[in-house]
Amino acid sequence: MVEETYIEKVCIVRANSIVVDTVPRFSSDDSLFAEFSKQAFRQINPEYPKFFKMDSLSKLAVLAAEYLLEGQPIDDLALVLANRSGSLDTDVRHQESIQNEQEYYPSPATFVYTLANICAGEISIRHGLQTENAFFIAEDYPINTARSYTEYLLKSGKAKRVLCGWVEFFEEKYDAVLYIVSPKGTNKHSAENIKKLFE
Amino acid sequence: MAELKEELKGKIIEVLNLEDIAVADIADSDPLFGEGLGLDSIDALELIVLMDKEYGIKLSDPKQGKSIFQSIDTMAAYIAENRTK
Amino acid sequence: MSFGSAVYIHDFNCFTALGEDAEANWASILAGNGGIKAHNIGFLSEVYASKIDFSTIAVDEASEETRLEYILSQVMAPILNNHKPSRRTALVLSSTKGNISYLESGKKKEAELYRLAKKLSVKAGIVTEPILVSHACVSGVLAISVAKRLIQMDQYDEAIVLAGDELSAFVLSGFQAFQAVSPFPCKPFDADRAGVSLGEAGACLFLSRDSSMFKILGEGAINDANHISGPSRTGEGLFRSVQAALEEANVEADAIEFIAAHGTATAYNDEMESIAFNRLGLSTVPLNSLKGYFGHTLGASGLLETVITLKSMQEGVLIPTLGFEKLGTSQPLNVVERITKKTVRRVLKTASGFGGSNAAILIEKTW
Repeated sequence: MVEETYIEKVCIVRANSIVVDTVPRFSSDDSLFAEFSKQAFRQINPEYPKFFKMDSLSKLAVLAAEYLLEGQPIDDLALVLANRSGSLDTDVRHQESIQNEQEYYPSPATFVYTLANICAGEISIRHGLQTENAFFIAEDYPINTARSYTEYLLKSGKAKRVLCGWVEFFEEKYDAVLYIVSPKGTNKHSAENIKKLFE
Repeated sequence: MAELKEELKGKIIEVLNLEDIAVADIADSDPLFGEGLGLDSIDALELIVLMDKEYGIKLSDPKQGKSIFQSIDTMAAYIAENRTK
Repeated sequence: MSFGSAVYIHDFNCFTALGEDAEANWASILAGNGGIKAHNIGFLSEVYASKIDFSTIAVDEASEETRLEYILSQVMAPILNNHKPSRRTALVLSSTKGNISYLESGKKKEAELYRLAKKLSVKAGIVTEPILVSHACVSGVLAISVAKRLIQMDQYDEAIVLAGDELSAFVLSGFQAFQAVSPFPCKPFDADRAGVSLGEAGACLFLSRDSSMFKILGEGAINDANHISGPSRTGEGLFRSVQAALEEANVEADAIEFIAAHGTATAYNDEMESIAFNRLGLSTVPLNSLKGYFGHTLGASGLLETVITLKSMQEGVLIPTLGFEKLGTSQPLNVVERITKKTVRRVLKTASGFGGSNAAILIEKTW
């Protein structure tokens, strides 16, 4: 049975830069997320055309996960994600496509992203994670809930490791803080240490 | 017809977000699904929206799409015959 | 392997087109009624869906409650009466789209889901931060698991699990773009099924460590990792979710006496379920889908169907699959076709949805 759990690795994507643990991995002067994410993703994975079909929230989640999971074992890796806006950025786009009767062309490729958990599904598909998945929505990162839920998955044996964190995107404002929790490491998986990731 | 085919390729690349694929990369007879451009089921539905929005063609039976969306050749032929705009 | 103390389900309630509480819904189902009727929704006319009739409901205009908030407040009220929230009571809300109709008038902030959760928790007098599960069509089942898991981790002593989604032009237009809406009331698992009928509902139940008639034996929620809109051809995620629930319960698949399936009536979903259940050796276990009564109520569906199934276990009466006539899946299933008196002790509830998501929960009737 798992006793101690640790924050093993962290990836932060914000303000056009990507930092893994404390190492800067990518940054760009491009202010648009679409361009920034394209360059950043190509640098680490030039061969995944599916990436360019995703909405912004999924791009953000998959991009952060790509850097975080580089060189990592993915066996029995569960996902516990959260954000504030859900899929609202894409919801607004879908609403625009159905707002007027004369210009009524709802797009299946847009609509499918009007669910917050799709970005978790995209990470699962990219890395072949047939594992526990949960998506929460809260005003701020629900530290205690994410922590308890993750501990549950590890201690009950329902996962060996957990990819957790925050993936928020709305109207070009974005922030991703993803981290791996496992029975291995030195940085304890405590509420205080999770809080520090968001400072 | 050649003009329609070029236009169609451009629209497909734009609507389906086909990164790194240019109009010149798509041959008129290339299969769009499976081996060809590697389109999937959501792309097929998106092509149905494109037919409606750009050419005023309503396809209500997804099975119909299978034969129409085989290649640029088959799509262009169907559009030329059935377009209402 | 099980972990933590056992968690039990106490009171439950639901609010649908068939009735304003669980009793009214149960009576209506026994009378053979279905809630799916032709409606005009947004720019779309004559669409089959299950819609709660507000024309006879006296809504307090001054309260500024949305339809969805009204439904959720109503469904939660009797549960709150029986269980006054303490400082260690959680509110776990399941919803996919919440007050999404605000977007029609450009109100983006108001459409944010967390605001709905906060509003409801204030109204309920719950002091802990509300937890909102938004995980496509498995949200309702997953919300029960989330509440159970957090109680087992001792973050809470008890939880009100609440679920709701509203029928909206937003969602309907999307399902139509997917060519997934049935031209007649949906026919789950049937050979002539032609897609979903959408619906709206609220559902609620109360969980705690105190023993009661219904014990949660095990659960799991595992992704297909296959496609964001199409279910796995092998039913892998659903198969594994049920396996996880069985493993936690420490029982074999033959312990399952009834399956409350997802059964959306799309060609691919129902076929996928038949494959997953057959891989588990469950092809002869009585099974139903309640979508023919309520339509697909998205984030509410898993909880609503659990509520009706608990009632079914309590009464010893299995409910048929409204709309089903002739099996239309490649693998055999034992679809319940008429009201059947039968006591079932262990019941499996499942759900699957967009994003490759799946969830399963195994519930035992303890007396």
